[in-house]
Amino acid sequence: MGKRILLKGAILVDPSQEINDYRDLLIADGKIIDIAPSLEIYEDDVEVIDLEEKVIIPGMVDLHVHLREPGERARETIEDGLTAAIAGGITSVCCMPNTLPAVDNYMMVEYIKGKAHQANLGHLYTVGALTKGRAGQEMTDYASLIDAGAVAFSDDGNYVDNGLLMWNIFKYLVPFRKLVVSHCEDSSLVGKGVAHDGYYASVMGLKEIPRVAETVAVARDTLLAQATGGNLHIAHVSCAGTVEWIRWAKENGIKITAEVTPHHLLLTEECLEGFNTMAKMRPPLRSESDRQALLEGIRTGVIDIIATDHAPHKWEDKDCLFEEAAFGVSSLDYAVSLLLTELVHPGIISLDELVNIYSCKPAALMGLPAGTLCKGAVADIAVLDLHAVDTIDSNKFYSRGRNTPFDGRHIKGKPVMTFVEGELKMKDGKVFK
Amino acid sequence: MPGHLLGLRNWKMEHIQEVMERSFFLSRYRERKLDYLRGKLVAALFFEPSTRTKFSFEVAARWLSADFYDFPVEMSSVVKGESLLDTILTLKSMGLNALILRHPQSGTLEWLQNKVDITLINAGDGSHEHPTQALLDIFTIQKYFDRLKGLKIAMVGDIKHSRVVRSSIKGLKEMGAEVYLVGPPTLLPYCFQETGAKVGSSLEEVIKEADVVYLLRLQRERQQAGLLPSLEEYSYLYGLNIERLLLLKEGAMVMHPGPLNIGVEITQEALDKLHTSPPSGITVSIQRQVENGIIVRAALLDFLLKGDG
Repeated sequence: MGKRILLKGAILVDPSQEINDYRDLLIADGKIIDIAPSLEIYEDDVEVIDLEEKVIIPGMVDLHVHLREPGERARETIEDGLTAAIAGGITSVCCMPNTLPAVDNYMMVEYIKGKAHQANLGHLYTVGALTKGRAGQEMTDYASLIDAGAVAFSDDGNYVDNGLLMWNIFKYLVPFRKLVVSHCEDSSLVGKGVAHDGYYASVMGLKEIPRVAETVAVARDTLLAQATGGNLHIAHVSCAGTVEWIRWAKENGIKITAEVTPHHLLLTEECLEGFNTMAKMRPPLRSESDRQALLEGIRTGVIDIIATDHAPHKWEDKDCLFEEAAFGVSSLDYAVSLLLTELVHPGIISLDELVNIYSCKPAALMGLPAGTLCKGAVADIAVLDLHAVDTIDSNKFYSRGRNTPFDGRHIKGKPVMTFVEGELKMKDGKVFK
Repeated sequence: MPGHLLGLRNWKMEHIQEVMERSFFLSRYRERKLDYLRGKLVAALFFEPSTRTKFSFEVAARWLSADFYDFPVEMSSVVKGESLLDTILTLKSMGLNALILRHPQSGTLEWLQNKVDITLINAGDGSHEHPTQALLDIFTIQKYFDRLKGLKIAMVGDIKHSRVVRSSIKGLKEMGAEVYLVGPPTLLPYCFQETGAKVGSSLEEVIKEADVVYLLRLQRERQQAGLLPSLEEYSYLYGLNIERLLLLKEGAMVMHPGPLNIGVEITQEALDKLHTSPPSGITVSIQRQVENGIIVRAALLDFLLKGDG
């Protein structure tokens, strides 16, 4: 047995065990080997870390990030993305396959795995492309992608317009028990749209993306999943109509899951004022009533999880004319702090609920060994200081993407330590590789 | 300092009033050349074709003795923000005081404003704003009716793509006029209600009440984009014809930013009747708008550049 670590004096918030109370955790060989209200072990090979007034949670699990490698290293690298995640208390991430070239064959999965291994930070899981080249025409070789390590399939960024192909994909994938993560935006309804079809796009003369572009796409995929028994997960829900549709589907026994991003939960189209390219993303920021419906969605469980859709870009991709600007938000560095500040502290959801929807449930959904700190579990841990105050400063991001509409926001509560397999990878914002 | 004119939505009300006052003042000296802007260099940089607006600015600038330079633009090249900025910085280094810019993308000047320290004047950006057209329309209406308060202004047609409407609404509302927007539902974003304008799709109901009927130019591409069945049907539903002309109330004014699509926004018969034997007190202001454009643009240049060393 290697060195043991004893985390002492903290409150453990772990919804997977329904614990929100003082617990000491003993870690060895990367796993939790003991957990009790108080552990008193005084042996030379035990490193005791005093965590009084801190909170321990299972490391967050982000099912939707873009790490841009290979192909767009100026935007992000796997190493920098994983560093940002670790700094932000996120110990497992799933990366989307819209790299250049796309992750549509097993070698790409191997490449990404190799990069993640070299980085030696958090866990990286690969989402394979749903269709070859993400072109929406032909299936990828799912079995070989899975053998290489793909955990789910998606053409994220694109909707598979061909309904027949999607029907067949759902059917074909049933025995594999892997999620199909669908970017639900009907391409003809999106057109050249760049912003929500609301007051701001109207008065600013921006081409619009209506809510129904999303809801129509969600409706088709939901019905296809129902007809085929497929495993559908809906990425980044943005509007009230979609929440309503998912509620209906779940009430009618259709097995689907859905995610929402922090920016859709916290921002509205108002952020577009002044042609703010940082507020440009797909799906777009919508109205206050949509935002309220999304919050209600996570409170009621209609929306299952939070995922960031971390989409780092070069500065010049955002410092340009609005129509030319890239879609997306860089999120990994600060997502947990932001959610603590804006959702947990004001009492919109409890910390238990946040941990549940941003760690336990995502891990369970994707079948990842994460999201719990029960005895025997992998010691992927985030330590939170709920009272630490700070400011989101994009200049200090580990991510190469400094593109965020949250820059300059004050935060209260942040991760102060991150452990991956029992190893301290971050302390007070410093990441150890 | 007023700084730039990016659009009217975020411009101060006092600025609009000031430009109106200056326009009335300058209109008395239209016959002679004035030297208010001697030594100033003004350039036009137009990335979309324009004859009226650009020429109107040129006449206005020269009237006030400014030097005017029409920067040639390669219309065929794709104009990305980056090369646009390079061009403007080059112009700046040549001693430019003000730049009049037209660009096909909404928000172009908002992006530029923190990157260049010259006065920027929006001559139309995408579907966003065309504030000098709105200012001259306000001036034309104010001059004809001697007031704006309480007037009903009906803007008819392609509201969705109209940068003139976006600029006009705020100015007209703030000056006390009521704005009615009428057009096919595919060209009339319902969110315009939130600006305080009244939104509807029946032209007949609105024109009976309106003091000003403002016909917007309909681009032929709208039909190809599937927003309209045909130009004939548009004309049938929203074009100004003889029957509708007779519905107008006495003293009403018909306006159009030009150039007219005869047979679309207005029928040939209606136009002939307006010019030759208009119904009681009805007037058409298309020519007047052109002349007023020079005055208002001169007033604007004077206003924006007077304190600029």
